Amino acid sequence: MTQASLFRRITDFANRADPYPLYEELRRTPVLHEEEDGPYVISSYWDIRSLLHDPRISSDAANLAAAGDELAEAQSTGLPPSFLRLDPPEHDRLRRIANSAFGPPHKPHRIESMRGELHAIVGGLIDGFGEAREIDLVDQFAYPFPVTVICRLLGVPREDEPRFRAWVDPLVATLDPETRAEADEEFVKSAQEARMQLGMYLAGLVEQRTKDPQDDMLSDLADSRGPEGAMTMMEVMSTAVLLLIAGHETTVNLITNGMLTLLRHPDVLHRLREDPGLSARIVEELLRYEPPVQIVPQRTCIADIEMRGVTIPKGSRIWLMLAAGNRDPERFKDPEKFDPDREDIQHLGFGSGIHSCFGAPLARLETQIALSELARRLENPRLVEDPPPYRQNAVLRGPRHLSIAFDALR
Amino acid sequence: MAADYLDWLRREGRIVIVGASLAGLRAAETLRAEGFTGSLTMIGDEPYEPYDRPPLSKAVLLGKASPLHTELPHRREVDAKWRLGVPATGLDLTAKRVRLADGDEVEYDRLLIATGVRARPWFKEEEGRLDGVFLLRTRDDAARLLQRLRSARRVFIIGAGFAGCEVASACREMGLAVTLAERAGAPLVGALGGVIGAVAADLQTGNGVDLRTGITVTALEGDPAGRVRSVHLSDGSEVETDVVVVSLGSLRNTEWLTGSGLGAGPRGIACDAGCRAFDFRGIVTDDVFVAGDVARSPHALFGYQFLSLEHWGNAVAQAETAAHNMICRGADRRPHLWMPAFWSSQFKVNIKSVGVPPMGDQIMITQGSLAERRFVGVYGHQGRVVAAVSFDNTRWLEFYQRQIERGAPFPVDYTTVDRRPEGRQPVDADFPDPSLPTHGPTVTLSGYSPADQQLVFTPARH
Ligand SMILES: Cc1cc2nc3c(=O)[nH]c(=O)nc-3n(C[C@H](O)[C@H](O)[C@H](O)COP(=O)(O)OP(=O)(O)OC[C@H]3O[C@@H](n4cnc5c(N)ncnc54)[C@H](O)[C@@H]3O)c2cc1C
Ligand code: HEM
Repeated sequence: MTQASLFRRITDFANRADPYPLYEELRRTPVLHEEEDGPYVISSYWDIRSLLHDPRISSDAANLAAAGDELAEAQSTGLPPSFLRLDPPEHDRLRRIANSAFGPPHKPHRIESMRGELHAIVGGLIDGFGEAREIDLVDQFAYPFPVTVICRLLGVPREDEPRFRAWVDPLVATLDPETRAEADEEFVKSAQEARMQLGMYLAGLVEQRTKDPQDDMLSDLADSRGPEGAMTMMEVMSTAVLLLIAGHETTVNLITNGMLTLLRHPDVLHRLREDPGLSARIVEELLRYEPPVQIVPQRTCIADIEMRGVTIPKGSRIWLMLAAGNRDPERFKDPEKFDPDREDIQHLGFGSGIHSCFGAPLARLETQIALSELARRLENPRLVEDPPPYRQNAVLRGPRHLSIAFDALR
Repeated sequence: MAADYLDWLRREGRIVIVGASLAGLRAAETLRAEGFTGSLTMIGDEPYEPYDRPPLSKAVLLGKASPLHTELPHRREVDAKWRLGVPATGLDLTAKRVRLADGDEVEYDRLLIATGVRARPWFKEEEGRLDGVFLLRTRDDAARLLQRLRSARRVFIIGAGFAGCEVASACREMGLAVTLAERAGAPLVGALGGVIGAVAADLQTGNGVDLRTGITVTALEGDPAGRVRSVHLSDGSEVETDVVVVSLGSLRNTEWLTGSGLGAGPRGIACDAGCRAFDFRGIVTDDVFVAGDVARSPHALFGYQFLSLEHWGNAVAQAETAAHNMICRGADRRPHLWMPAFWSSQFKVNIKSVGVPPMGDQIMITQGSLAERRFVGVYGHQGRVVAAVSFDNTRWLEFYQRQIERGAPFPVDYTTVDRRPEGRQPVDADFPDPSLPTHGPTVTLSGYSPADQQLVFTPARH
């Protein structure tokens, strides 16, 4: 029997719970190219970092489509691509306009001013566990929390969640390599349809905001009259879709991976309970140790690139294995150890370079509050099942459920 | 024998650092971090704890930071004897003693010189003393200037280098009328060349600065009360003003070493790649080290020319290397291989450069566009990439830094994202006085990992 290629074993759902031994194997061939039309898979920390800053690497959906990625093409025929899938100068322009509704210098307090609200949402969700002494952290906490937050931030009614979830789920599924490999025309069409529907739904909200502006991002995006000019309606729609999805599909996994990791390292959990200030270091180390975005699979190169003696020819697809780079022994001492006390916690968890995570300040704050409150309020928490069941997705990786038992609520 | 000496030095030797600013402090911290337990004396002529200078022309003038509170954060306890407010006035290399202005003498086993630079004063002393004429190097300078700007309406800045341009930017933000005079054809020409200088000029004029280039200031005129009133220019014109900021570059603080026998002069103190000072004969000393703005050191990446760098990052890196080398064995010494890097912010535009732009004779705009003031420009010299500059595009520079380290070929022959028609061909970088360094073996760095920088010798091509 011939063994499946390493790259297929990594995307194989059977290996979702613990892909790290495969990543270790992967790093032995830091530039891996197993199938003729397949991607070049990059797994060492410094190589990934350097490619994230390399102007010969493109995120443009059109280049990806030209490299033979049908789904990319499907997406580029619906709504225009969001800035995640664009190169400069378009990427920079749209990201700047989006940022003027989100962070400094235009909105320096938007995130920090949500702190009280985030605490209230977290408190409410934990109170909601009621008398139960066993909960599913994902469904009862880690998912509803960031969804509520991104809804408030954007100005999307929370009660519409079942509606938009029906559009978000197929879209997120298109990120998964296994699902993509099996995708038929039907699937491609329905994903494209879902994105358009979600965009239309958000456009409706933007329309309302144009007439009746509120203190939220959709209002600001609808009104972007800064020196950069405004986004077109289609651009607002793409951006809003991106923010809505990126704003919760990743954070849910960071919180869940976080609790799972803490329950596997009770000493750290105990310290966090005593000292909520430790949450900042814990969250950074989690982004290294169990990053929610494991792979950035959407790059192509627009010129030949030499890497470790391998020439990656112009037009190739490139996969950047963030989670493998995060445990690269060339970069980190004891990379397989979860150690929030490490001297320089750095990671690729938010990417790097011009596409580095836009929402990072919010994601950090959400997860710090979530983990320190869970640590504080759950008495004697324990894992009911280890490993827990995982989601299909290899790119946005995390548990589908996480059952936690505890003795009491504080 | 030598090993015994080092063990002794590390344990109970006496190290003296002259210059208690950025380089001095970082060196002291490194010495302690690397296990030096002997006595440490910090001598500084300013009466303050080490503080940071870059904010003085930025946040401080904008009122976002107090000139009295830009202290440098301490990375660790340095347990030193601080002699602040006392300049060193002389050095006796044979007796290993530093003389102080108050008559004291301090003995050392090893000495680090980090006396930096000072602002070049206005060349006519008397005019320079007029009330309302300012230099900008220290926190006292910044505090006085800031106070005066608050009641001023018009400012005249002499010299459009980085500092002058930053002051112009801050003054415009304060709503003052600003005239900026520059001898060259555009601002920043000496640092970045005429192609980029033209962009810097647009940035100034676009923000309402009255920019006068190709001109020199001939005289400052005061009123009977001794307050500056106007500025006379070489084209015969006169500009009225309330404040004059003299921003004509800097002078190395090496006068106190005159006659000491060290290779110190107006261009700085020469040292080897290991930060050891040369004496005036060109022989390297054993016990005297140099770091920061006052140092001149040969750089392997740039034809072993001596480079003097007035760069914050260089001061930190060189101080760390010097401190390390001061207390370790020869084989464990490290060369100072810092990649020159400089940043500036003016009118909310972030400017950053890596490498040595003035070495470049051509420039290629590989990303973005000059007209939009968002771009990356790459400088080439003798077929190699030697520097890069970005306006609001900082995140790409890491890539170009590696190109410089590897001595990558120039012109850039590959595609990049956001390449515009203007970036297809290199053009003359337009430096006022193109330097032509000699041919010689070049050295490049290889490998991606900063932990793994190796020298690779490339034979000279003739
Ligand atoms: C306004 C301003 C803005 C700047 N902006 C930037 C920037 O944006 N980016 C950047 O990279 N760099 C910038 N710099 C440069 C940066 O601040 C310097 O590179 C850095 O301060 C160098 O540190 P140093 O310790 O070598 O020298 P210095 O900071 O000059 O310190 C030398 C110290 O030694 C003292 N001294 C001198 N002679 C004696 C003596 N005989 N005895 C005792 N003490 C003595 C001096 O008074 C001083 O305190 C800026 C500098 C200024 C002034
Ligand atoms: C723990 C949570 C999160 C993780 C791990 C994460 C991770 C990432 C990563 C790795 C990228 C880079 C993708 C690439 O290079 O192609 C990215 C981009 C992005 N993220 Fe996040 N993210 C998180 C939370 C958020 C949140 C809360 C938001 C929105 C508020 C957000 C919005 C974005 C956007 C808009 C981009 C695209 C940036 C660009 O292309 O310029 N993310 N994120």
